[in-house]
Amino acid sequence: MSTISSSLFDVNHLDALSNQTTCIHRLDPRVKLLATVVFIVSIMSLDRYQISALMPFAIYPIFLIALGNLPFKYLLRKVLLAAPFAFLIGIWNPFLDSNVSFHIGPVGISGGWLSFASIMIRFALTVFTVLALIATTGFNAVCMALERLGVPRGFVVQLLFLYRYIFVLTEEAGRMARARSLRSFDGKGMGIRVFGSMIGNLLLRTLDRAQRIHIAMLSRGFDGEIRLAYPLKVNRRDILFLSGWTALFILLRLFNLPYLLGDMFSGLAK
Amino acid sequence: MSHHIVEVIDLEYSYPDGTPALGGVSFTVTHGESVALVGSNGAGKSTLLLHLAGCLVPQSGEVRIGHLPLTKKTIPQVRRNIGMVFQDPDDQLFMPLVYDDVAFAPLNLGFPPEEVEQRVVNALNTVGATHLRNRPPYRLSGGEKRRVAIATVLSMSPSVLFMDEPTSNLDPRARRELIGLLKRFEHTRIIATHDLDMALDVCTRTIILKNGSVIADGPTVDILGNEKLLHTGGLEKPLRLQGCPVCNNN
Repeated sequence: MSTISSSLFDVNHLDALSNQTTCIHRLDPRVKLLATVVFIVSIMSLDRYQISALMPFAIYPIFLIALGNLPFKYLLRKVLLAAPFAFLIGIWNPFLDSNVSFHIGPVGISGGWLSFASIMIRFALTVFTVLALIATTGFNAVCMALERLGVPRGFVVQLLFLYRYIFVLTEEAGRMARARSLRSFDGKGMGIRVFGSMIGNLLLRTLDRAQRIHIAMLSRGFDGEIRLAYPLKVNRRDILFLSGWTALFILLRLFNLPYLLGDMFSGLAK
Repeated sequence: MSHHIVEVIDLEYSYPDGTPALGGVSFTVTHGESVALVGSNGAGKSTLLLHLAGCLVPQSGEVRIGHLPLTKKTIPQVRRNIGMVFQDPDDQLFMPLVYDDVAFAPLNLGFPPEEVEQRVVNALNTVGATHLRNRPPYRLSGGEKRRVAIATVLSMSPSVLFMDEPTSNLDPRARRELIGLLKRFEHTRIIATHDLDMALDVCTRTIILKNGSVIADGPTVDILGNEKLLHTGGLEKPLRLQGCPVCNNN
């Protein structure tokens, strides 16, 4: 019960963060989205044993969080919430790939552990960045940007409706869960059977609501196409933001910066 | 020819499971009239409104709006002239922002951008919700949602307004403000409601439905003052026409 309500509160919080007016918030949503896509592609296309080359990429999420006035701890909690998924994907690598690739003192580090660490770092970087994107742009504006950049409209509208009604649905589910727990004693009535019928009930209510919404849309001239009127304008700051970050990501992707620096310093030392 | 006339002739309807909902309803509402549709739960108010809004097609009988019979073919044409405000604003406000929702109908009607903007501004202004323009609907209070829901149909400048329980779930002040708003409208209005005190304020004419038929149709003051008639319809006198609960005299 409390988890449903509190996770709703969390979505609300992310939404509230996007209502700020920092310089990052004021950027055109398309620009932020494109920069983030380039960021993710650059990270994902790196070699799977790569760790050092990933590190400099952290500057982008840090930049967004710092200038966008976002609470780091809150975002960290969200990232940790999603971490088990990445963990389960990566954790098999050390068992499957046990070729020792280098030694730290007497301990041999296998390629599997390296790629596992690489997966976790990539995961943290991308999820942090996407959360920061949504918290500085707002979910609706991200959808709008997707649509402007050519993502099929049907898909975007689905996302928008999902976001609109997730609030209504979680409230409804929260009320049902509360009503149940208030009349359940000693764990009776909390079993899977009641849960099943509650889920069924929720589905039926949702279908009913969908029907009512459709009627409401039809009576206002809906003809199968959702029209959105958003004047978006790109200015100099937006172009600077996009070209600067894209150039940096591509550079960081092509050249392993920590490695080059290390080389340079060891060269100087000699 | 006026777009503002609503005619219902011998309308009958049963739900798919066979439950009869309307059994021969007839009435005519003329230009600028404000009509309350009252009756106990299950009397057929909502079903009737769904017919008027063209969401249900008559099984027998006829609905005419602005002298145009409502059939599958004419529905798109008729819908341009009617504004239907549903009971639950969460059903009505489905777009990401208040602005999008109010602009939804004008955009569908194919107006140019400046005209859409003007219509949105006017509609929000009429209901006193200009400041809510860029807010998402889930962040509005009940009263604000109701106002915006009304603005979403005003923006298409309908000739006729149909409303389902516009004052339900509102706090006393929000209800009072909404009544003030409804009184100012000059549209032909049909309002389905249990709030008989609101009917007394807003509507000049009242129709009582019972088990899917009209049992009374006349001036609001006469009908809502007739205790016997109201009792037959499963209703009670408006609270303001009842005795004072403190000194208990009629």
